[in-house]
Amino acid sequence: MRRRIGLTPTVLLLLGAVYSLLPVAWVLVAATKSRAELFSSNAFQPGTGLWDNLVELSNHRDGIFWRWTLNTALYAGVGALLSTMVSALSGYTLAKFSFRGRNLIFNLLIGGILVPAVVLAIPQYLLLAKIGLANTYWSVLLPGILHPYSIYLARVYAGAAIPDSMLEAARIDGAGEFRLLNRIAMPMMVPGLVTIFLFQFVAIWNNFLLPFIMLADDTKFPLTVGLYTWLATGANQPALYTLVITGALLSIIPLIALFLTMQRYWRTDLTSGAVKG
Amino acid sequence: MSPRTPRTGARFRAGAVPYVFLTPAMALFVAFFAVPIGYTLYLGTRGTKISGLGLGKGSRREVSVGFDNYKATLTDHEFWAGWLRVLGYGVVVLTVMLGLAVLFALLLDSAHARLKRLSRIAIFLPYAVPGVVASLLWGFLYLPSLSPIHTVLHWFGIQADLFDPDVVMFSMANIAVWGGTGFNMLVLYTHLRSISPEYYEAARLDGASEFQIATRIKLPMLVPSLILTTVFSIIATSQVFTEPMTLRPISNTISSTWSPLMTVFTQAFKNLDLYSAAATSIVIAAISLVLSFGFLRVVRKRAFSEES
Repeated sequence: MRRRIGLTPTVLLLLGAVYSLLPVAWVLVAATKSRAELFSSNAFQPGTGLWDNLVELSNHRDGIFWRWTLNTALYAGVGALLSTMVSALSGYTLAKFSFRGRNLIFNLLIGGILVPAVVLAIPQYLLLAKIGLANTYWSVLLPGILHPYSIYLARVYAGAAIPDSMLEAARIDGAGEFRLLNRIAMPMMVPGLVTIFLFQFVAIWNNFLLPFIMLADDTKFPLTVGLYTWLATGANQPALYTLVITGALLSIIPLIALFLTMQRYWRTDLTSGAVKG
Repeated sequence: MSPRTPRTGARFRAGAVPYVFLTPAMALFVAFFAVPIGYTLYLGTRGTKISGLGLGKGSRREVSVGFDNYKATLTDHEFWAGWLRVLGYGVVVLTVMLGLAVLFALLLDSAHARLKRLSRIAIFLPYAVPGVVASLLWGFLYLPSLSPIHTVLHWFGIQADLFDPDVVMFSMANIAVWGGTGFNMLVLYTHLRSISPEYYEAARLDGASEFQIATRIKLPMLVPSLILTTVFSIIATSQVFTEPMTLRPISNTISSTWSPLMTVFTQAFKNLDLYSAAATSIVIAAISLVLSFGFLRVVRKRAFSEES
């Protein structure tokens, strides 16, 4: 009886795994095919053109693909770092201080979750254009720093991970608030902050709408917008297909690597106060 | 010595310090949330007035038009047709994606399944693939000249056009399901892991099967997390943009106003009519809030009536 039950769940899970890996496996194989092989050979039969595809990708428009990769790393890395810092500071303050307007400020900041991105993106573009910041790196970095859900997570985490008694003891010893923040609060929050950083990093890396609206100059594009423009201009010329396919593969490798190496930090609740392995 | 005796659990009062610490967040909130929302509301009531023949400088002026833009949006048939498409798409995405997420979370938490670690990583992996790239990969997989899907369909004697106007909605829903199942599964699975196993042991002693434990005990306990993931999914699907936008170049069945958000984009950057775009985006925000709060109300009512 038990063995029979064990088979069905395992098969169902494996079917889910196959479905999830299918497009990734396809692009892995498709990127190895030359232009002719792409349309002639069996979908999962490796081709012989991987090196040529990589060379062509690197040479296309003076290696703009690598420029996009660097841009994406910059947007995601710096953006997620700033966002995590603001979330950590706000979350700690909201969890560990009592002051007038605390609930109001918390509700305002969290209410941002409910505001659809569309209501924000276009006016943000118009306002940044007015002060001359549209079509700059800032226009993609700045609007993403305040992230309501990260603040919520940081508040929950700070509440669970930092004992009040420790803060009280340090205050009795005469430590100032900035010292408390740097020496006690932040170090204790690090595991939770790594999780917040990772989720923000992926969110910015994968973002399309914001840079698509903000940027006109293709040397500032992130990968998502760059690959989209290749697809949009090359839809009628299947010659560009190999370029788009190779680019798509390379664009997901860094995130998949990050994802596999940081397994234990991918958590969706931080309430237990510690990240378990 | 100390004027106040510190109480455990009590939050510390420290004058201006908390306000100083919250200044960066509040400044960003004002600059990138409050002011843009206010500006959108304002723009939605503005329009251009053309005087004379509309030639020369000064013949186009920005004037207040009251609720004209909102009226135009609300009476635009194509806008509502877009909502209808997104509604159909959303129902498919929500049921299939959340259904699969619940199924996989329960399977991962069941005592008998094997290869759980591998499956969990594989199913969560699409989360690391940007929406643009996911649409691009599936878009290629839907092309008859490239796709193994068509080869498989041929074996069964089916010849399908995955970009057919009647089918494209499902093709697009598949991309969202593929990309979103893993994250929702993780949220639900994390919740399941936090439930004490004592509940199940008692049931097991009473002779309950694993299937009964999953459907009678675990599933009802998942409801709060399921409500949360549903609300977030409603907000996300009502703003679908990336997938149809990316599939457009390789399919001629997706119009520039396929989804409501694409209408805003077309109004703002193709027709250069920011006023209509502002009004339309306010209407979209209002509808997606009504949908998510409406959902919350319905579930809450039902939850209460079950309790009483």
